[in-house]
Amino acid sequence: MNVIETEGLTRVFTGRPDRGNRLRRSRHVAVDGLDLTVEAGESVGYIGANGAGKSTTIKMLVGILVPTSGTVTTMGLHPLKQRRALARRIGVVFGQRSQLWWDLPVRESFSILAAIHSLTAADERARTAELVDMLEMEEFLATPVRQLSLGQRMRAEVAAALLHRPDLVILDEPTIGLDVLSKQRLREFLVAQRREHGTTLLLTTHDMGDVERLCERILVVDHGRLAFDGTLDGLARTVGARRELVVDLAVATPDLTDVAGAEHVRSDSDGLRQRFAFDPQRMTAARVLAAISERAEVLDLSIAEPDIEDVVREIYRATRR
Amino acid sequence: MAEALRAYRAVVASRARSQASHRASFRMDLVGALLVGIIEFGEIWVLYSATDQIGGFTLAQIMLVFGLSDLAFSLADLVAGHCDNLPLYVRAGTLDVFFLRPQPVLAQLVTSDLSLRRIGRCLVGATSLTVGLVLNDIEWTAGAVGLVVLALVCGFVIFTAQFVTAAGLQFFLVNGAEMTNAFVYGGRYAATQPTSVWPRSLLVVFGAVFPVAFAAFLPVSTLLGVPGVAGLPVWLGWCAPVAAVWAVVVAGLSWRWGLRHYRGAGG
Repeated sequence: MNVIETEGLTRVFTGRPDRGNRLRRSRHVAVDGLDLTVEAGESVGYIGANGAGKSTTIKMLVGILVPTSGTVTTMGLHPLKQRRALARRIGVVFGQRSQLWWDLPVRESFSILAAIHSLTAADERARTAELVDMLEMEEFLATPVRQLSLGQRMRAEVAAALLHRPDLVILDEPTIGLDVLSKQRLREFLVAQRREHGTTLLLTTHDMGDVERLCERILVVDHGRLAFDGTLDGLARTVGARRELVVDLAVATPDLTDVAGAEHVRSDSDGLRQRFAFDPQRMTAARVLAAISERAEVLDLSIAEPDIEDVVREIYRATRR
Repeated sequence: MAEALRAYRAVVASRARSQASHRASFRMDLVGALLVGIIEFGEIWVLYSATDQIGGFTLAQIMLVFGLSDLAFSLADLVAGHCDNLPLYVRAGTLDVFFLRPQPVLAQLVTSDLSLRRIGRCLVGATSLTVGLVLNDIEWTAGAVGLVVLALVCGFVIFTAQFVTAAGLQFFLVNGAEMTNAFVYGGRYAATQPTSVWPRSLLVVFGAVFPVAFAAFLPVSTLLGVPGVAGLPVWLGWCAPVAAVWAVVVAGLSWRWGLRHYRGAGG
């Protein structure tokens, strides 16, 4: 069964009438004839520039917004007419808005949500225990939500969205603002949920790490249209989503152009700092580093992930040509 | 419905715990609400110190009107007063979250909170109502008891419906609280006054469109056998349920219309 199916999905926003000309309203096409099919068990990254139409699409998928034209079915249901039935089968995390009760302890938010989704007492206990364990929430269960750190709150938000074991989980910017460790923990959890429950995942993100570690399929949206639909490999081939390893060397060294699997990009300060690009699908940072270390003493290093903005810009450039 | 109630119980229980944990602040809120109610009653007291009758009603009689309408309004405020916060919910994105849960959006809005401190306000109305019932010479037939209960229930429904009507309109009006407060809180104020002195335009607004006259004044006039509005029958107070149904219909339309607008289906 297809979990998400849209045909010619379009959403136009009309502004308020002009002061001068009452008949003219500003028109903005946020989503433009989107045809999309997501099958059960897929994990899909939905990426694009700000204002490309990601959130609008999600709002139509879950029944918050009405499409201007086109059709959409989610879990085989009509998101507007069958919103409540759909709500039982999907879990949604909006990174920017909370579904927890601000002044209540996390634990109480969970029990209210369990009541909302009519979980049995035994089910509530088991599921809460599972989520608390996997997301390591024990230490802040009794803390009011407003006192949580961003990382803790995000974990609680994800748990809240997954409490009723939804078949489809939609995450809108789930890792925004999180530190590396929190991001990693959240990604591991989502991977485990997919493995254990076969959950379908759809996420929007600005973080290339999310896409690489969570998504098998990537959709790039541009001005409300699909600009790319394929695998991460395909995306990397199209835009060359390479990582960059920056090393500071002990002494000024001639350009190290012969490092296997990596391309020398540039040297600064007479070769004290050198940059290498490599394809993370084929090489690991450790192997590149080892190859460099054979030739020179490395004092310090950093790895730059490709910016999702750059990737998106490359895709846009490729498709608009 | 059952799970909605279960969720509401959970919200209310945690609200009670949370408000009880801030005892000092809760007591101050309680006392504050109580004082506001007393001041509003004081205003009526002052009016009656200058005259024995307003619109054919004595102070004892108007205490009944004040008590009934104020109690009904305070109860509605307790249950649905936070519908006023809708623009806040829209801005914070909380409203979108309501769409993601398997309950009607309005039911979630109403059950999202319960301000227990507003109980203080209920005490003023209840006291005034009790005093009014004792002071006035009422023949306590089953009908009279029924009328008082009917008026209280219908008043509660009418005022709750006003809150929902206002919430529905908030979807359209940017910073529309000023406008909707005019009939929500203006309506509450109007309901505590003798309708018989209103000009015709007010009669139309608060007798028919936002039918708060049916919350207290008209039932009390029926109960005491004092003619209410010239030209209208004394038994009109028994029509409170009709007014309540009308208020609910208006609220339902306003809310549906507002929600359609929010979701961008045109409206």
